[in-house]
Amino acid sequence: MIWSSFVDLAHGFEVALQPHNLLYCFIGVLIGNLVGVLPGMGVLSAVSILLPLTFGMKPVAAILMISGIFYGAQYGGAICSILLNLPSHPPHAVTCLDGYPLTQQGKGGVALGVTMMGAVFGAAFGILQMMFLAPYIAKIAFSFQAAEICSLMLLGLLAGSTLAKGSPLKGVAMTAFGMLLGLVGTDTATSVERYTFGHYELADGIELVALALGLFGIAEFLRSVNNVAPVNTAYTKLKFRDMRPSKAEAKEAALPILRGTLVGSLCSLIPGTGPVIASFIAYATEKKVSKNPEKFGTGAIAGVAAPEASTHSSIQGDFIPTMSLGIPGDAAMALLLGALIIHNITPGPRLIVEHPDVFWGLVASFWIGNLILVFLNVPMIGVWVRLLTVPYRYLYPSALFFICIGVFATRNSLFDVGVTLVIGLFGYLLLLLRFEPAPMLLGFVLGPRFEENFRRALNIAHGDLGTFVERPISAFFLAICAALIGLQIYARIKKARAPVQLASTAFD
Amino acid sequence: MMKRFERQRDYYAGALMILVGVFAGYVATTYDLGSLREMGPGFFPLILSVLIAALGVGIAATAGRTEGDAYGPMAHGHRVGVDLRGWAAIFAGVVAFIALGHYAGMAPATFACVFLAAIGDRQNTWRSAATLALGITIVAVVVLAFGLRVQMPIIKGF
Repeated sequence: MIWSSFVDLAHGFEVALQPHNLLYCFIGVLIGNLVGVLPGMGVLSAVSILLPLTFGMKPVAAILMISGIFYGAQYGGAICSILLNLPSHPPHAVTCLDGYPLTQQGKGGVALGVTMMGAVFGAAFGILQMMFLAPYIAKIAFSFQAAEICSLMLLGLLAGSTLAKGSPLKGVAMTAFGMLLGLVGTDTATSVERYTFGHYELADGIELVALALGLFGIAEFLRSVNNVAPVNTAYTKLKFRDMRPSKAEAKEAALPILRGTLVGSLCSLIPGTGPVIASFIAYATEKKVSKNPEKFGTGAIAGVAAPEASTHSSIQGDFIPTMSLGIPGDAAMALLLGALIIHNITPGPRLIVEHPDVFWGLVASFWIGNLILVFLNVPMIGVWVRLLTVPYRYLYPSALFFICIGVFATRNSLFDVGVTLVIGLFGYLLLLLRFEPAPMLLGFVLGPRFEENFRRALNIAHGDLGTFVERPISAFFLAICAALIGLQIYARIKKARAPVQLASTAFD
Repeated sequence: MMKRFERQRDYYAGALMILVGVFAGYVATTYDLGSLREMGPGFFPLILSVLIAALGVGIAATAGRTEGDAYGPMAHGHRVGVDLRGWAAIFAGVVAFIALGHYAGMAPATFACVFLAAIGDRQNTWRSAATLALGITIVAVVVLAFGLRVQMPIIKGF
């Protein structure tokens, strides 16, 4: 079993090292890093803009590139948090707490150096986890039928919407709303057009890219225009030399990196707890085990090392459920799933067997991509730091155009651009009312597949709803769902909402 | 006024979800519902609609119990409300892109979209907006039209 993983990985490297795949992997991580560095640009919108441009590419190259954006952005996001105190990338918000004080003490370079150490270690662990666990999980999932898939999806949706930040009720509402939006268009089973209101352009459904860019692009601009604090560039002069941590500092970072990595990898295995929660938990853990917790918030190396390591290990681990079960853990993975579907790769347990070049090529490209990122960030830190100073007033008009052309290029439809604007407006309203739009994307991607499996399961069981609890594996997933809901109610009664609470105590 | 909105936010949030649920549910009943065994196109949407409306009731009922989340979407001193100039510019940018993309082609659409959106920022001048728009137009033509062959003529009728 373990040996075969290495044989497959060797094949993966063959795929990933093909010149054009290598090139797209490089472009992906480069764009990711860039997006991470630019304050005010989101990973989700960057991926959505680029998604249509990958339509002409081979599936492997497209998936490598899109994935590269995700983990590449994590490298850039840390720079933004540490040097500017801007938590513009949620997983790195917690890094600001100790990263920025370090910068103010003139040790920003060291903080970045430690971040790099944590990133490499965390990522390596996450990739190993994916290499050995994903094929195994997929093998278990082979026997799943419609009822099991349905319950598993329900679990993923529920976890994704209740464990993320914000109110769980609102999270579930957003997920259900997203699922509803996913149903717009022609019903595959009966060919009836649903919720199209006479617009033939909607017969194929709302475009994933239009939804993502409306919610995470236009809504974001509407909120931020003329409302962004000017970037403080006092600490953005940084050179390669400054990044090397001293021996004592490296030693101080070692254990927190290890603990952070483990927290991250655990979080990536629990559906719905992505890198954001992982980084908060890692920080809180570190504060708890530390001998001098009062140092946290004033520039503790451990306060940078642990959350960064956990972010990187959980980002890589996040790919596991997406690639082995076809069930994404968060909005970013939902986009990746959308990309797979667009490229005619059916996500699910069969993916690894049927498309070994995609899966193992991806794993190999993770190794290569992370290596490239280290070379991009360590010697060239000066270049990235200079990019931090690109003002928002140049950024958002350019991004707005790329959103328009990106949505248009998806299916050469200007109607979709209008749809994006409407979704953006509605998205702003949702933000105003403190709804988190991310679970919506998750629901949108899984909605149609959920309906399809729900129908099939009940059709097989002759309309007997009991099928979901009579089948043991399905009952097991439903039990976890019930436990999740019970936990939320219990936590609410105790007025201490577990992960969110942890997150907010980390900020005290 | 701000404080009042903060207090009543969850009532509005719940009301919005109830509205969405009721509307979507009504539309769903106009489709064939079918039975559990042979589900029609309206069945699943109806379940979702009822769920959304019920959650809306739940959100409104628990209003005010959740304390504000410091890193929530509206944190960082983001004002609540509409920046008229910025909004108008972003709107105009997208609409101009659609209209000019249809009638005039990619280059004019790009220029207009970026220029109009940039004017929305109070720190941009006519000149800086035009420069930015010109720059992006050149990039767009080279990378998107020639490089990636996006299916929109650079200039219509040319």
